[in-house]
Amino acid sequence: MTTTQTAPARQARVAGSRRRFMTRHASWIPVFAAAAILVAMVVGAQLYFGHFLTPRLVSSILLDNSYLLILAVGMTFVILTGGIDLSVGAVMSFTGMMGASLLRAGLPSSVTAPTMLAAGALIGLGIGVLVQYFDVQPFIASLAGMFLARGLGFVVSLESIKVTDSSILWLQGTRLHIGGSGWYVTPTGILALLVVAAGALLLAYTRFGRTVYAVGGNEQSARLMGLPVARTKLLAYVVSGTCAGLAGVVFTAYTGAAYPLNGIGTELDTIAAVVIGGTLLTGGSGFVVGSMIGVLVYGMIKTVINFLGVDQSWTRITIGALLLVFVVVQRVIVARSARRR
Amino acid sequence: MSAVVKHRLFWPLVVLLALILLNTVSRPSFVSITVHDGRLYGSLIDVLRNSAPLMLVALGMTLVIATRGIDLSVGAIMAVSGAVALTIIQDSGDAANPAVLAVAIGTAVGAGLVCGLWNGFLVAVLGIQPIIATLVLMLAGRGIALLITGGFITTINSDPYKFMAQGYVLGLPFAFYVSLAAIAVVALVERRTALGMLTEAVGINPEASRLAGVRARGIIWGAYAASGLLAGFAGILYSSNIMAADANAAGLYIELDAILAVVLGGTSLAGGTFSIAGTVVGVFTIQTLKSTITFLGVPPAVTPVFMAAVVVVVVLVQSRRFRRWVGLLAASLRARSPRRPDRAEVAS
Amino acid sequence: MDDAVPLVQVTGATVRFRSDTALDDVDFRMFAGEVHSLMGENGAGKSTLIKALTGALPLDAGVVTLAGESVRFATPHDAQRAGIGTVYQEIDLLPNLTVAENIALGREPRGRLGAIDWPAMRRLAGEALADLGLDVDPASVLGAHPLAVQQLVAIARALRADVKVLVLDEPTSSLDLDEVAELFRVIRELKARGVAILFVSHFLDQVYEICDRITVLRNGRLVGEYLTTELLRIDLVQKMLGRSAAALSERTHADGLDDPDASVTLSARGVTVLPGIADADLDLAEGEVLGIAGLLGSGRSELARALTGVDRLEAGVIRVDGREAHLSSPRRAMAVGVVYSSENRRTEGLIAELSVLENITLALQAQRGMLRRIRSARQRELAASWVEALDIRPADIDRPVGSLSGGNQQKVLLARLLALSPRVIVLDEPTRGIDVGAKVEIQNLVGELADNGLSVVFISAELEEVLRVGTRVAILQNGRVVDVVPSEGLTSDALLALVARPDEDDGNDA
Repeated sequence: MTTTQTAPARQARVAGSRRRFMTRHASWIPVFAAAAILVAMVVGAQLYFGHFLTPRLVSSILLDNSYLLILAVGMTFVILTGGIDLSVGAVMSFTGMMGASLLRAGLPSSVTAPTMLAAGALIGLGIGVLVQYFDVQPFIASLAGMFLARGLGFVVSLESIKVTDSSILWLQGTRLHIGGSGWYVTPTGILALLVVAAGALLLAYTRFGRTVYAVGGNEQSARLMGLPVARTKLLAYVVSGTCAGLAGVVFTAYTGAAYPLNGIGTELDTIAAVVIGGTLLTGGSGFVVGSMIGVLVYGMIKTVINFLGVDQSWTRITIGALLLVFVVVQRVIVARSARRR
Repeated sequence: MSAVVKHRLFWPLVVLLALILLNTVSRPSFVSITVHDGRLYGSLIDVLRNSAPLMLVALGMTLVIATRGIDLSVGAIMAVSGAVALTIIQDSGDAANPAVLAVAIGTAVGAGLVCGLWNGFLVAVLGIQPIIATLVLMLAGRGIALLITGGFITTINSDPYKFMAQGYVLGLPFAFYVSLAAIAVVALVERRTALGMLTEAVGINPEASRLAGVRARGIIWGAYAASGLLAGFAGILYSSNIMAADANAAGLYIELDAILAVVLGGTSLAGGTFSIAGTVVGVFTIQTLKSTITFLGVPPAVTPVFMAAVVVVVVLVQSRRFRRWVGLLAASLRARSPRRPDRAEVAS
Repeated sequence: MDDAVPLVQVTGATVRFRSDTALDDVDFRMFAGEVHSLMGENGAGKSTLIKALTGALPLDAGVVTLAGESVRFATPHDAQRAGIGTVYQEIDLLPNLTVAENIALGREPRGRLGAIDWPAMRRLAGEALADLGLDVDPASVLGAHPLAVQQLVAIARALRADVKVLVLDEPTSSLDLDEVAELFRVIRELKARGVAILFVSHFLDQVYEICDRITVLRNGRLVGEYLTTELLRIDLVQKMLGRSAAALSERTHADGLDDPDASVTLSARGVTVLPGIADADLDLAEGEVLGIAGLLGSGRSELARALTGVDRLEAGVIRVDGREAHLSSPRRAMAVGVVYSSENRRTEGLIAELSVLENITLALQAQRGMLRRIRSARQRELAASWVEALDIRPADIDRPVGSLSGGNQQKVLLARLLALSPRVIVLDEPTRGIDVGAKVEIQNLVGELADNGLSVVFISAELEEVLRVGTRVAILQNGRVVDVVPSEGLTSDALLALVARPDEDDGNDA
């Protein structure tokens, strides 16, 4: 066996397959980076605290952040098209207020919940129309949506409304135990995971999903290629709004009440999670799974801060710092690849 | 006449005057100014005073937007500035000592400047998108402010400090003079030096400006530094108003109000040519709007709904497609209504 | 070559833009299985005709028939559906999606529940690519491939739509020689299949290599349609320009650079800016006009940008007046008197929304710094004097510069640079897109500047122009200056031969 002769050939093959991997899956790399950070955090926390990694704790991370996960899925769609949606926190709060007051008025949850989703979708539609048909910058258009939703929440009621509807409370209160060692999941958690799955499937397997990527890549080209650009951009905001409505259901179940000051700053947390999860703000690159990892990173940071017993304000600072690191690294990679071309 | 209409201050002024008119019609007391103890009082005076923090922030925002950027962190910078100032004052134990106040204010404004330089570094040197770059400080800034105050709302008791937001000089609120000073300084720097023209060049076409030898990096960095500095001053004013450092409430949403004021004043979000005068008009418009809403008895929490309406109206008016659509609608309505033909038309 | 019935027939095409007649009663036809070239100077009406053919512009008069039937395209989609595919110079594809998606999206194969069938899509794309003889991984992201490959993918996409007519708009501008060869192989393959191909390019040699038929336009009118084999190159240029080439050399050469004592103003050694320029050497004397000639892709603009601080050098030394100069930015270069006029006048040169006055004074103001503002009166005086000196029309210095014609815009850019009193001025394609009259004006201006002691580097794709303006010509190939020849007595054909001569050490480039 002459290893010297086969080695170069094998090396070439390895180099070739690595190159093929790069050209096929380059946009997954930021997601891997996020996953690596998540794993590093988990391992680090476990080593530092000793008893960090319990099934209860891990399950609770999902439980506490289901609403954020749902929001992040919707936000991913919008950011992939190169836009942004600043209204999601306010819409989540408003739909919660609306739902709670409807429930208080006696409407069953089977009617209320869909109405909440519809309200979110409607606001999303409004934003989408402004962006697509009136050439308003997504920042401003979603800002208007945010103002609107925030104010409407207060119109419903200036104070919080308690939710006593059993079916809503069931969503959060029930714990379905898996296995035996303390793992559990709530219906809200399952809901969030379903939304993630739905989002991923939509983006990967439908023309709508691929057009979302196309619009973010080069809107002009997408139009010339005959793809339904206008409809897709509109739908992206509708998806985000619907997710915000759904998040309203989940969050109301989580806190047991609707409060008009809910969700202030949540849109920023959502954007941070999506960016940390590997989605480029410029659009056209990113995955829902990445956003999920971003949300888990966020949840981990919150939990670790809790464990450390330090001020809650460190959560925001850490998220901000992490976001910065990610963005700088993204920037360096983009700059370097542009220079190479 | 058409030259007047085309002047870019025309529509912003029309909106402001319309708003004032509406207010006056519904409550004539809106424009009444009373004199008491050598001081002027009235709703209009309130607008002049209360608009000061927004004015400072909006001036900085104008410069940043002119460079094609945006600064979302101004509210957080206000929180940091207020926290720094009040913590220094409180820790000194001598709240009324002008020297202590000077140090406190100086440090706080310096902190604002540092924040602005940080933002500028991210955008101008590292080339990060302004939304994300300033988002970082927006997220982290309030946390930092909370850390400085130790999680509490620091309060102080100091007449000299209170004077800034609540005092009067020559009958008019001191805060208004602060506004005027800021407007004067910014306008002078932008128009008397070449900075204004160079900034516009950078905002319209950064690459062509670079090739023409313009120090684009310096100009962009400077814009964010100015924004941070002005936000620092605004933070002092805000904390002076409530005599406390509230890291969560200071400057909440002010960045949005500021952006709105700039856009209302005619400066485009896409950068390039900007108008200080337009921003001034925009700030007064927003403040008057808020005053109107409060007067209408609408709970201040619901104000955002009206802000949303204003935003929508403004952007629609600025949107070319909307104007075209309105033009088409008007044309079709005219075509549908039967009317006697003009003699001139018949003749042709 | 099917002489029977043309596949595409355009008669009496007329397009008017307000007062401007872009196309005036033009006839045009294409045969199946033929490569047809559309030739003409900038502004001749080429792009207007193409837009009319592909549905991007409506005709004000005239008829278009496709396969015998009269057609009227309201949108590019209509044209696509009728079988006319276009590949533009700026590849209109999606660099962030895979090659397979770029080929199939819009007509993607569906599987269960209407979901996209990825394996089938990859297979289809693979077939389309193999059909053209291309070895590209369908699952790879488009953006990872060089522009040449992306262009071929664009062609593959057009073919999937069953095109009868393929329009290639400046397809070779960004390709190197090997990539051009590959593209031509594909074109020949399509020819054999009966596709009618419209090849628009300004590279004469390529047109002569691949095209069967040439239609020449000038000033929006049809000059004529010719078979390539029956049209001499010199005749083609004459028809495009509308006057004999000899009559254009009216400019007198200043006494050339045979003076060995003339001081060297700018010297470059080993200048390298990858990937465009590798180890370039250059000497520029005072008062000389050095022309740079080379095929597209040889590194002309890259050299210009390297010499003037626009791009950072990776290796090499530049000396100004004997002293080493670190030109790390355009600003630094301007400080030592080296200025640059970009070939992208509109995007990198002028600031369209600002006025003529502001554009002219911009660089000077930038140099003085923001604190030392030029007084308004002085600014106006300065701008007005340049407007007069360069005969900029209209003479209104408050007009936004974007409203001026190409020639006048170039003059404004020149004024800005000259206001800095530079030593060296590097002009990259200064006469591109400008009508012939203004072209000559600018060429004469360059001569005057040199006579006054300014050193000029003049880059142009038009060899005749380089010869007319330059006292010496540097020949650029693959990023290297391979030769510097005096322009006296050199014909453009001879220069062409020098430029197109294959590089001696071409063994390693694959």
